[in-house]
Amino acid sequence: MIRSELIQKIADENPHLYQRDVERIVNTVFEEVTNAMARGDRVELRGFGAFSVKKRDARVGRNPRTGETVNVEEKHVPFFKTGKLLRDRLNGKA
Amino acid sequence: MGEKTLTRMDLSEAVFREVGLSRNESAQLVESMLQHMSDALVRGEQVKISSFGTFSVRDKSARVGRNPKTGEEVPIQPRRVLTFRPSHLMKDRVAEGNRK
Repeated sequence: MIRSELIQKIADENPHLYQRDVERIVNTVFEEVTNAMARGDRVELRGFGAFSVKKRDARVGRNPRTGETVNVEEKHVPFFKTGKLLRDRLNGKA
Repeated sequence: MGEKTLTRMDLSEAVFREVGLSRNESAQLVESMLQHMSDALVRGEQVKISSFGTFSVRDKSARVGRNPKTGEEVPIQPRRVLTFRPSHLMKDRVAEGNRK
């Protein structure tokens, strides 16, 4: 499933909404999740999962091609943990 | 770094502000998005949201695990797990936004 298919499904279920509004709705939700993580916030969607930000410490890395050492700065990366209900559903338990 | 936790309510509030539907309908639309994404994943489909990220389902085979506290061996059944791979755009925005 891709973004446009998700938009289409929601549009089909809501014939009273303009397609462009459905697009804005779907885009707003994803945008809001990304914005929250960019601020360092978590987004917890019970049953589905939680988006959070993890800190990766600075480390000394190595260029695999040349073997040269490089300093990698501390950085923050997005992280997703699957919710219990969805995890159970994936395994046919709910 | 922010410490807030957003929930469905915050997402539907954003939809409410953006599109001007009722709060109730905004909440239902957020719910319906999550439902469609979950259903696709349960069917084994990938959910690929451009400029956001990709959710995929992977099969894990059975293995012998260990209770880290007691050292006891426990069998772990084969299972399906969900992984999320953030898009480059999301990674960049999260890295940039949290930089000191």
